[in-house]
Amino acid sequence: MAAVAAMGLALFVLPLAGIVQRADWAHLVDHLRTPEALEAIRLTLVASLSATALSLVLGIPLAWVLARSRFRGLALVRGLVLLPMVLPPVVGGVALLSAFSLRSPLGGWLHDTFGVQLTFNPAGVVLAETFVAMPFLVITVEAALRNLDPRYEEVAAGLGASRFTVFRRVTLPLVGPSVLAGAVLAWARAMGEFGATITFAGNIAGRTRTLPLAVYLQLETDQDAAIALSLVLLGISLAVLVALRGRWLERS
Amino acid sequence: MKTARSMVALVLLALVALVATGCGSDAGSGDGGAEAGATTTAAAAGGRGEALEGEITVSAAASLTEAYTQIGADFETAHPGTTVTFTFDSSGTLSQQILDGAPVDAFASADEANMAKLTDQDLVDGEPQVFARNQLVIVTKPGNPAGIEGLADLPGAGVVALCAASAPCGRFAAQVLEGAGVALDESSVTRGQNAKATLTAVAEGDAAAGIVYVTDARAAGDAVAAVAIPEERNAVATYPIGVLAGSGHLDVARAFAEYVLGDEAQAVLKEHGFLPPS
Repeated sequence: MAAVAAMGLALFVLPLAGIVQRADWAHLVDHLRTPEALEAIRLTLVASLSATALSLVLGIPLAWVLARSRFRGLALVRGLVLLPMVLPPVVGGVALLSAFSLRSPLGGWLHDTFGVQLTFNPAGVVLAETFVAMPFLVITVEAALRNLDPRYEEVAAGLGASRFTVFRRVTLPLVGPSVLAGAVLAWARAMGEFGATITFAGNIAGRTRTLPLAVYLQLETDQDAAIALSLVLLGISLAVLVALRGRWLERS
Repeated sequence: MKTARSMVALVLLALVALVATGCGSDAGSGDGGAEAGATTTAAAAGGRGEALEGEITVSAAASLTEAYTQIGADFETAHPGTTVTFTFDSSGTLSQQILDGAPVDAFASADEANMAKLTDQDLVDGEPQVFARNQLVIVTKPGNPAGIEGLADLPGAGVVALCAASAPCGRFAAQVLEGAGVALDESSVTRGQNAKATLTAVAEGDAAAGIVYVTDARAAGDAVAAVAIPEERNAVATYPIGVLAGSGHLDVARAFAEYVLGDEAQAVLKEHGFLPPS
């Protein structure tokens, strides 16, 4: 058992060790101080955090409906919500284009009415990242809601609380840790998003070129810079995931 | 609560895996078929008159997608018992994959520079042979609504799609723009990973125009309109094919490289808009 577990762990650790060993540590900071790298890091953080916020706003109600509703076609709705997890991200990007490009009815209307163009725009990066990342939040929060003891909510409702008050004061606090976990999962997935972003939002320096896109471009011209950027991505993600795990252990 | 937490923990573990592999699998999507070449054993003897047998993997520039797919099928028909699997991507990506040890039997590049990276490392069997040439063209939305008539109209036309600077089509586009004295602000340039992705930004996406190969514009049909770049301003891309010395099926790989230079394959290349090798 332990041997197999070690093999499983090795599958994750070996590639990471490989990239750490390949890095040009002496010039790491120089690679990250270029205007392009700083721009990509800033854009990645802003876009992934915005995508997480959007996922929270849209995803929690969605998870609640999936966990609590009973209607024909619920399984289909859940399938649709989780589809981006298995869809090749590039296909997701093409799907987003067909809905929001200037030539699509909705995208054209948004542009003509509000002057909004999502493609080649940081907002498009946020949309692409939300599309790909939100299912991670929904699936996590839905699982927590399903495992919730309904008596707490019943008691609150019996004491006269409105449905919204019950949700806000009882349900949400009870599933709080899962909301946090789901948000972090969604955020980490958004940080690493590549296919949907490059297809839908494009690859424009300073506007839509996030870290994964910059890494991909740099790999062919300057591997050391690409690896330095990858390490930033890995470092931030690992730090947050480790911190989160620590929180869980303390609580249980 | 317990189950919820363990479930979340499971999802979290799965995510760590995703984060760790995500970049690599997206970025390296070109080498999926690369392992296939090593799996079958070569024909016992490669002598004259013996039927060719085996499976080869050919890494080819993205601009060759349509022509090579057809040539590969023709080759398999001409040599039953052989299978040709293609990996299409930017020549820059492909040469890097081969330098990193991807098991590839032959490499068809859209420029000589990426082939030279391999010959410099003595990875190529014999001399690479030029089998086609290509030129660049401006593509716009169907009907050319922005009224783009030439390179000089590109600044201010909106977002322009160019290949990544490391891809041959990106380097050629830079040459052509510089030759015409046209400077594009990088904040209005979206960079495609290869020629096909660059075309897609115009055909499917919202890029106003792009610079791609003549052959890509032709393959796209009605999805884009083509605006010619004057002959004297245009760049000529030369396409060499090289057999990799480490191939497990040198006989099949050599036969394929030879076939690409033959009349039948040359006719297919011409049909797709490529210029003859010289």
